[in-house]
Amino acid sequence: MTIADERKDLSHDEGGHEHDHGGPKGIYLWLTSTDHKVIGKSYMYTSLVFMLIAGAMAMIIRAQLTGPNNHLVSQQTYNELFTIHGSMMLYLFAGPFAFGGFANYILPLQIGAPDMAFPRLNALSYWLFLTGGVTMLSGFFTSGGAAAFGWVSYAPLSSYSNAPGAGPDLWIVAIVLTGFSGIFTAVNLITTAFYLRAPGLTMFRLPIFTWNMIVTGMLILIAFPILTAAMIMLYADRHFGAHFFTVSGGGSPVMWQNLFWFFGHPEVYILALPYFGIVTEVIPVFSRKPVFGYKGLVFATLSIGALSTGVWAHHMFTTGTVLLPFFSALSLLIAVPTGVKVFTWIATMWGGDIEFKTPMLFVVGFLVTFVMGGVTGVMLAAPPIDFAVHDTYFVVAHFHQVLAGTAVFGGFSGFFYWYPKLTGRMYREGLGKLQFWMAFVGFSLTFFPQYIIGLRGMPRRVPVYLVSDHVTFLNQLSTVGAFLTGASFVVWLINMLISWKRPVAAGDNPWDGHTLEWATSSPPPHHNFVTLPPIRSARPLWDANHPEHADYKSPGHGVEFRDEEVNK
Amino acid sequence: MKVEYRIYMGIGVFVLLITAVYFFWAKEYGGVTMLFGVAGLGIMPALYFGWWRKRMDPRPEDSETATIAESKGVIGAFPSNTIWPFVLGMGAFLSALSLVFGEWTLVIGGALLIFGAASVTLESRRGGVI
Repeated sequence: MTIADERKDLSHDEGGHEHDHGGPKGIYLWLTSTDHKVIGKSYMYTSLVFMLIAGAMAMIIRAQLTGPNNHLVSQQTYNELFTIHGSMMLYLFAGPFAFGGFANYILPLQIGAPDMAFPRLNALSYWLFLTGGVTMLSGFFTSGGAAAFGWVSYAPLSSYSNAPGAGPDLWIVAIVLTGFSGIFTAVNLITTAFYLRAPGLTMFRLPIFTWNMIVTGMLILIAFPILTAAMIMLYADRHFGAHFFTVSGGGSPVMWQNLFWFFGHPEVYILALPYFGIVTEVIPVFSRKPVFGYKGLVFATLSIGALSTGVWAHHMFTTGTVLLPFFSALSLLIAVPTGVKVFTWIATMWGGDIEFKTPMLFVVGFLVTFVMGGVTGVMLAAPPIDFAVHDTYFVVAHFHQVLAGTAVFGGFSGFFYWYPKLTGRMYREGLGKLQFWMAFVGFSLTFFPQYIIGLRGMPRRVPVYLVSDHVTFLNQLSTVGAFLTGASFVVWLINMLISWKRPVAAGDNPWDGHTLEWATSSPPPHHNFVTLPPIRSARPLWDANHPEHADYKSPGHGVEFRDEEVNK
Repeated sequence: MKVEYRIYMGIGVFVLLITAVYFFWAKEYGGVTMLFGVAGLGIMPALYFGWWRKRMDPRPEDSETATIAESKGVIGAFPSNTIWPFVLGMGAFLSALSLVFGEWTLVIGGALLIFGAASVTLESRRGGVI
């Protein structure tokens, strides 16, 4: 059946909305569905649950650090908490929320496709993600406790004599399972974006979100196989007497760091690029302007992807075994395309008719937090500074502002932006804004003091400190901020509950969106589209809704169309 | 297919360049090996897309002036509901757990894995639920 026939069929069918395939319902539907929308939502809600669990761990960590020499949790428990907090946030929330959740749901809609290219592989990747997450958490229920060697699991801390028991093995298995789920999703995303685009939607008309997901997919395919290989070596070291990372057997512990960060640094961009894409979708819509410098943004994304493979050892400056000028230079270079992106975001807002709805507020929060984290990242790329503050709270503050700045602020911006599309309901604007201000103030209050704590020399991963370290007050400020941030998520849950119990219909296109996902109903019918507008620019829906201001009429657009040519 | 080919080729060639610089400057072979592998991960898909670019008909999604009605032929087979990915996932989960808890979970997991893989293949061949 051709896509045109299929759309004709659907149009006979009263919107295709109630269109019943005679399929299963309820939990059996959830178990058997291969629809990218069902899987995308499952991914999103599962990863948000993981985020709440990992966030609760962060609250315990902050409570432990409220006073000097505090004994809320034991030192071993503290180690387990920060290990699983980091692992869950990175492997189970920030990544899957974006490339499993948003990309799964939105990417096929943005390119006018009926589904992902490999629907059953998509379902399999969700099950691997869910079981991987469960495996990681189940470490807490073993007699030896969960893994306690940090999310980077440096050798020799992760050897069997230093980390005995089932918890660390469960952690390894969890990483391998979620790693495979990421690889499958990446293959799916790239194939879908390359082969299932609607007619007329050339690569340089793709929405920036889709572009970023393509580059993210390429990075996942580069990074995750190396992580999986490293995990297999680690398991062999622990159980089969191999000596990849043990000095006594002729191995090299620094080799673990090389392997891990060769995955780990592209991973940072795997976590960040999707949220850059979300932000680039939100800003033009709420500024009522096309995105500034479309091609510049695309090439900036591609060069971030290309450069990210050559910077891994900037995490290892203090090992003394890496080529400092090479890695420092490449790390500083990454600031250039990132700067181009920040510039185009601000230029898109510049002179626009900005509407500060919740998604847009979160974007502004993202910009402030991310730029702050990015600037300190440039500082850390200089070896003299890195030698001074390596493994202190300065670094902790830096990567929380970068990663949580993108994943939380960028992520919630996208969540509120697409929530009407996902559910057909509207969230409550006031509660959304309240959540933003609580999260933003709380988040800044948590991490700005941590820069100073780090400069005063407090190392990361320590559960106690002394009165004479002069960090007590700053740590207390940080804890207050953390609990305020935590409370903002309660506001979010209340918002979701209210919008679920007392739904307000959102309509198909509440934001006057630009891209194809708003051209279908909310939530979209089975196989997504009844009709598609003609695609003549990067903003097909804007062109269709505002023909007098259509992009294809603007001079310098390249191909010029007359209206009758477009609508034939 | 031209743009798809070029982005992969561009990243592959760029990483190859970085590999060469790193090889002559750092003289550290672990990093060179990993970088060379990454260059391959860019160049191999690029060659595949380049090969297809020469052999496939021009696609409406690559044309700036195509109309929606121009998409001809079968878009693809999209299965509606199937339990086998879940069975496969549980099989992979239980098999992986055998690394922690011993071989007994591999017995259950491996059985589910074989059963699920066979069923999912037969499902594609028969058409069936798809």
